[in-house]
Amino acid sequence: MSFEWIQIPYALLTLLIVFVYGVFMTTIIRKMGARAGGRYGIRLYQTFVDLAKNYALRSHISHGIMFYLGPVFRLTGGVGLILFVPTIYGSVMHQNFAFAGDLVLALYFVFFGTLGMALGAGESGHPYSAVGITRGLSQMTAAELPFVLAVFAVSLQYQTLSITEIVAAQQGGFLSWTLFTNPIAVVAAMIGFLGTMMRSPFDVFLAPQEIPIGPPTEFHSAYLALMQTNRILFPIAKIVIYMNLFFGGATNWPVFFLKVFLIYLVSALVGVVFPRFRVEQSIRFFLIWGLPLGILSILIV
Amino acid sequence: MKDEKYTPLPRRPIGLDREELKKRTVTAPDGQTFEVDPIRDYYCQDAPKAHQRSYIKIVEDFFNWCRAESLWILGYGTGCGAIEMRPLMTPRFDAYRYGIQWRPTPRQANLLMISGYLSVKTLKRAIRSYEQMQNPKYVVGLGSCTINGGMYWDSYNTIKKLDEYLPVDLYIAGCMPRPEALLAGFEDLKKIIKAGGGEGANKYAENFEWYKANQKSVIKDWDMPDYNW
Ligand code: SF4
Repeated sequence: MSFEWIQIPYALLTLLIVFVYGVFMTTIIRKMGARAGGRYGIRLYQTFVDLAKNYALRSHISHGIMFYLGPVFRLTGGVGLILFVPTIYGSVMHQNFAFAGDLVLALYFVFFGTLGMALGAGESGHPYSAVGITRGLSQMTAAELPFVLAVFAVSLQYQTLSITEIVAAQQGGFLSWTLFTNPIAVVAAMIGFLGTMMRSPFDVFLAPQEIPIGPPTEFHSAYLALMQTNRILFPIAKIVIYMNLFFGGATNWPVFFLKVFLIYLVSALVGVVFPRFRVEQSIRFFLIWGLPLGILSILIV
Repeated sequence: MKDEKYTPLPRRPIGLDREELKKRTVTAPDGQTFEVDPIRDYYCQDAPKAHQRSYIKIVEDFFNWCRAESLWILGYGTGCGAIEMRPLMTPRFDAYRYGIQWRPTPRQANLLMISGYLSVKTLKRAIRSYEQMQNPKYVVGLGSCTINGGMYWDSYNTIKKLDEYLPVDLYIAGCMPRPEALLAGFEDLKKIIKAGGGEGANKYAENFEWYKANQKSVIKDWDMPDYNW
């Protein structure tokens, strides 16, 4: 990979576009959830206001160093994922820092934030955090399995570990997308996707409606705001990977916006329709339905 | 049995004299021994500080606007008025469209609704929750019970004026106020905050001794540090 300084402002520009888009997309998805429940839902700019308010709160309490670093790690996971994955295929500006082995790095970043969060929430010392972390990590691990297997299948199929090359191989009509050339891998990956999007039916470790809210129980003001920022960036970053690996990538921003929105919609729809799984149920679900599909997709390739 | 005489059980100590709050030596599973002083070790001992507003007026105004438009309520009901808060989340009243949301933990909330009468026992919990919230924070008293005792005026176990124990920003009168009244009250609270009037947390910090004296005069079973955050 050749590095030029101009890449840095370009990457920041990508980040900004993704952030603003992410704020509105998250809001719209939340509004859709509200409409499904018969409510009008939050206002379009609500997420911005919440963020600004949380950054503007005057007092913070720390529970130790890892408590600081938890949200920071988490945000690093999201930002790093965006920076090292080609957002728009074939564009010099939004290629970011993609390089030959970036698929492996991306897989690492997907898990990195969760681990940082686990350490940070552990330090907060709140029992709900510990319970949430245990549930979250076990569920995430089970959900990652089909996803990772599907990624292996895809990289075997295209004989490369570079996301850019995988996207390049899928150009030329939607029939050359992985979705059609290797549907089993895509299904396995989508099962994993549902599990890592922190939405119902797989959001028991967050349990946002009940009294214990899981890992972030003790996080407040700026810490919480950092995590909210990540909640906006990270799903998009993950969806970008999915889009690049399975749905042919995007060659310009409108296509990018549309594809990301549609992929997000899958998890939102499933979330609105289905009630919540308990942890052992969801792990069983991933192991029974996701894992064999993942293995099958590798065998077929 | 040798001694048939009845001896009454010793009275359980209350307040800070309780057994589980005493300093003690603990042996960990790996054989280490260390001292635990629950009151000192599990809480922070500092008194609350009054926090500065930001120096530039327009920044503070913007922040106040954000705070007003994003009110996160601590979902914590104390009296019968709590039942009127629930409909606000439902399709019929839908407070979310006014920027009002519910948070399950005091750390993330910045509006404490005291929904009705406060028994002395609940007051202790309300104080703890309030002190764990982050500055700036607001208190709204719901119903006549929080204003002057309401129909619990001569009760032996409820407080009368909430204002003497926590800095209240706004009262919503009624017994009990309907959800529409609550929505109107929230709009009023927003006006207060936008005008820069939502400084209850600083007021609490500045008059800390007065509030603590009032609180301790009704809570006999005081088993927590003076300020828990
Ligand atoms: S004001 Fe009325 S409704 Fe509210 S807590 Fe008191 S008695 Fe109950």
